[in-house]
This record gives sequence, C-alpha cells and structure tokens, in this order.
Amino acid sequence: MTGGRVLPSAPRPQRYVIVGAGIAGLSAASSIRSADPQAQLTLVGDERHPPYSRPGLAYFLANEIPQGQLFPWSSAELRGLKVAFVSGRAVRLDTAGRNLTLSDGRTVVYDALLLATGAPAVLPDIPGAQLRGVVTLDRLDDAAHILSLAKRARRAVVIGGGITAVEIAEGLAARGVETHYFMRKDRFWSQVLDPEESRLVERGMVRHGIRLHHNTNVVRVLGKRERVKGVLTDNGDSIQCEIVGFAIGIRPRMELAAGAGLSVDRGILTDEFLRTSAAGVFAAGDVAQVFDPATGKHTLDSLWWMAEDQGRAAGVNMVGGASPYLRGIPLNVTRIGGLIVTIVGHVGQGGDDADLVSIVHGDSETWRESLDSFAVHSREHDSRIRLLVGEEFLVGAVILGDQTLSRPLTELVRNRVPLGRLRQQLMRAPETAVKILVDYGQKQVLQSMQALA
Amino acid sequence: MLAQLFDQEIRRRKALATGVIRIERIRCVQCGICSYSCPVGLDVRRLVREASPISHSNCLTCGQCVARCPRGVLSLESIPTIE
Repeated sequence: MTGGRVLPSAPRPQRYVIVGAGIAGLSAASSIRSADPQAQLTLVGDERHPPYSRPGLAYFLANEIPQGQLFPWSSAELRGLKVAFVSGRAVRLDTAGRNLTLSDGRTVVYDALLLATGAPAVLPDIPGAQLRGVVTLDRLDDAAHILSLAKRARRAVVIGGGITAVEIAEGLAARGVETHYFMRKDRFWSQVLDPEESRLVERGMVRHGIRLHHNTNVVRVLGKRERVKGVLTDNGDSIQCEIVGFAIGIRPRMELAAGAGLSVDRGILTDEFLRTSAAGVFAAGDVAQVFDPATGKHTLDSLWWMAEDQGRAAGVNMVGGASPYLRGIPLNVTRIGGLIVTIVGHVGQGGDDADLVSIVHGDSETWRESLDSFAVHSREHDSRIRLLVGEEFLVGAVILGDQTLSRPLTELVRNRVPLGRLRQQLMRAPETAVKILVDYGQKQVLQSMQALA
Repeated sequence: MLAQLFDQEIRRRKALATGVIRIERIRCVQCGICSYSCPVGLDVRRLVREASPISHSNCLTCGQCVARCPRGVLSLESIPTIE
C-alpha cells in the first residue's frame, strides 16, 4: 500500500562534547543545557574530583578552608545538568570525522566541541626541575601534594612573580614551613605594580613570615636520590630546602588543537564568537586567545569570571546562537601580602618582568600595557590607590588595602565614564583626585538612576 | 559608664537591624570562605553565584562573611531608617 503519510521522525539529539571540567567547561555545559534540554552532553575531564574553585586552592593551602569547601556545586546541581562525565584524557582530535580519541582508546563523537583545556604552569629549563619536591599550583592534587610535602619539610624556596607565587609562599608559611621567596629583580611584580605598591605587598609578605631575596635567581635545583635537597642561586649561594615552588608562567594546553591543525598562537585562536578555525570546534577559558573587536587583537587572560563568561557565550554559540563574547575591561581582586588588591584596566609599568615568562593564573595581558595617561596616587596607612587618567577616561586603577572606594572606581574604569572637564581639575589638584572622582562617580550613578526612573 | 555601655549596645543593634549585605559578583571566585564562616550556616557562596540578595531571615548581618572574604565581594551597608 502506498500513499500513507510518513511521520517525520524526531530529530536526533545534538551531541555536545566539552573537554576540560574547569569553570569555562562547566559554564558552557550549563548554558547548553538551558538552551537545549534534549542535548546529549559529555564532559571529558582528567581530574578525579568534582568541579572545584581553582582560585580557592590558595585559601585551602593557607588553611583558611578545608578541602571539602572547595566544591561550589552540590551533586544535585551537577545531576541537574544531565552531563555524562567521562574521566579521561583526550589525545587526538579529528575535525573531519568530528570525533575525539581518549588515551584509553575510546572515541567520542561530537556535533559541536568545546576545548576548555586550561593552561598549566611551566617549569624552567634548569637542571633538577624534575626532582620530587619541585611543585607548581594548578590543580587540587597539586595543592594536596604541596600540603603532604609541607608536613615533613623544614624549608621551602618559591620562585616567580605575580599572584600564584605569593599564594604558594603564603600557604607554605601558614603551614609552618620556613619560606624563602626569590625575585630576579629588585621588587615584586614590576610590570604591573609601581614601586610603592610592590613595597607594600612585600612588607605584607614579610609580616607573614616570608623571607625575601631580591636580585636572586635559581640556576639549579639540587637533589639527592631524586628528591629536592636545595637550590643553587646565580650569586653562587646554596640554600637547603625540601620544597621548591615555581610560578613563572602558564602555557595554554593546546596540543590537541595544534595536532588537529587548528590555528594557534600563544593560545588557541578564536573569533569573538569563540569559534576556532575548525568548523564546529570552539575554545574558551585560559586556553583561548580570543579576538577582541574593541582592540583588534587576540588576547590571553587567566581570570575566573572571564572564563565563566566565555564558557557561557561558547555554549550559546554551540547550540546555534550568535552571542559575541564582549571581553570588557579585565578586573581581578586578590589578596597578596595580606592586602586585598584590585587591578583594573591598563596599569602597566613598562619594561619586562624577569620573574615571569608569561602571565600566571589570575592575570591578564592587558594589565601590562600602559596607555597614554598620567598617574595620581592617594595613600593612607597601608592602603593606596593609583589611578591612570587617560585623555577621556580613567584607563586603569590599582586599589590596594582598604576597598571602600574600589567599587565606584572600578565602575568608572570599566564603564569608560567620560571625564570631561574633570581631567583639568585632576591635573591641577592630583592630591584630591580620588575624592573628586568618587564624588563624580556617585553623581553619574545618581544621574543614570534618575534617567531610568 | 552604664549609659555608655547602653549606648554602645544600641548602636550595635541598630547596625545589625539596618545592615544589608551587598554583593559584587564579578569579584567572586566561589572559594566558599563566606559560607564556611557563616555562623548560621547560610550558603552565602551560592547566593552570590545566583546573584540573589543576601536577605535570608536567618542572616544576622554579623559581617563574618564580609570580613573573611579575601576578594572584597561582600560589603555591609546600612539602609536608611526613620529615626
């Protein structure tokens, strides 16, 4: 019999695969699930823990929270995402066949794929860097390893710049290990902080019991029976220690992408929709070097909220949406040397930073850049504010210590609030700059509220 | 002396009664120190994640989460009251 109507079969659910279970991957999973309740969603991760707060590792190391506190999502919330968690390491990507091969030989087929493989810390190319007792801080297992070493260690040496090095040093000091912190130059994080800011942070580190060594570099890690026994410095001194921590930079994990012929530079290159050069393949988080239409450049960031935003945008685009990732002005807040520090916008000090080979976790390339601007400062006890006043806007700010003014000032920078005639006033009376700007910011907020009302 | 103590207590209670905890989500990295330090066991971290106001009836506005947050996500602000 012919002529009967053929009922259209239900379309096959789309298969979405995410590699990397960090915040970018998880945020993408959540955004895909909201957009497509029928989607077949697979998350491939090579860690044995449920998703956790990577920045929180610093506070776990410093004994401010127990390990169990690091997991923000309850198992019910994770179940609600209806994600198949696959434990494994992806080793090969076939973009023509749209499949992924895992190290145990399993194959996962996708319609759309997200690479959110992160960026682990690099080790320096010096003798002894592979010895047991040399540590970095990327993952929960790294933090647990550092803690197990710290139980028996008497002394540690930490090398690097930026936030992660301080986190390792403060963690070890809090666990009762005599901690020595090496800086290659004469001050801390010279590309981002100005001399006074470096001094305040260093003073805080000393207060936490950390011993600082300026103009000092490690040329060899000394060992005995495969274990760290000390370090040899470029001054010819040797210090005995059982732990050596490195935080000299991170390197996006892009072997999978490069092996598949995707366009890569310092990270996996994407357009503003987080699309890589291969059809159906997206990248987000620390591994992605994302095109920013505002600057015309591809930039690397290693910031939690940016990774979360990128994951969300990538998820929307994977299900067929068109959501550009609007990068905005990078901001991070962290605690170093016991002081809360907010860094926003272009605050660069120029020159190179001998302590770092690339950015570290919690860092942005933008901060190193300096735009045409002049700096004004305000100082009170242990707190300090530095504002970078550009032609039309505030282009950056560093707020160290008391954070009362942090919110209005970061809003002025991030919303590019025009300064207008205020700029002249700031140039004439830089000592009152902060007060002038805060009053101005409040007035702006008030005006915008009135406009809405 | 007694009057001074009494006055101090009034100010403290007023701060507790009129305080409100403001959040700035962009600063948050979900470390959970806030939830860990909450004396009444509120999951402050989840409220921040969901951008929900921290207005739970059990909240004492004691300020522990504000003081312990290493990233300045939370701030204790007072709401204007009629005297």
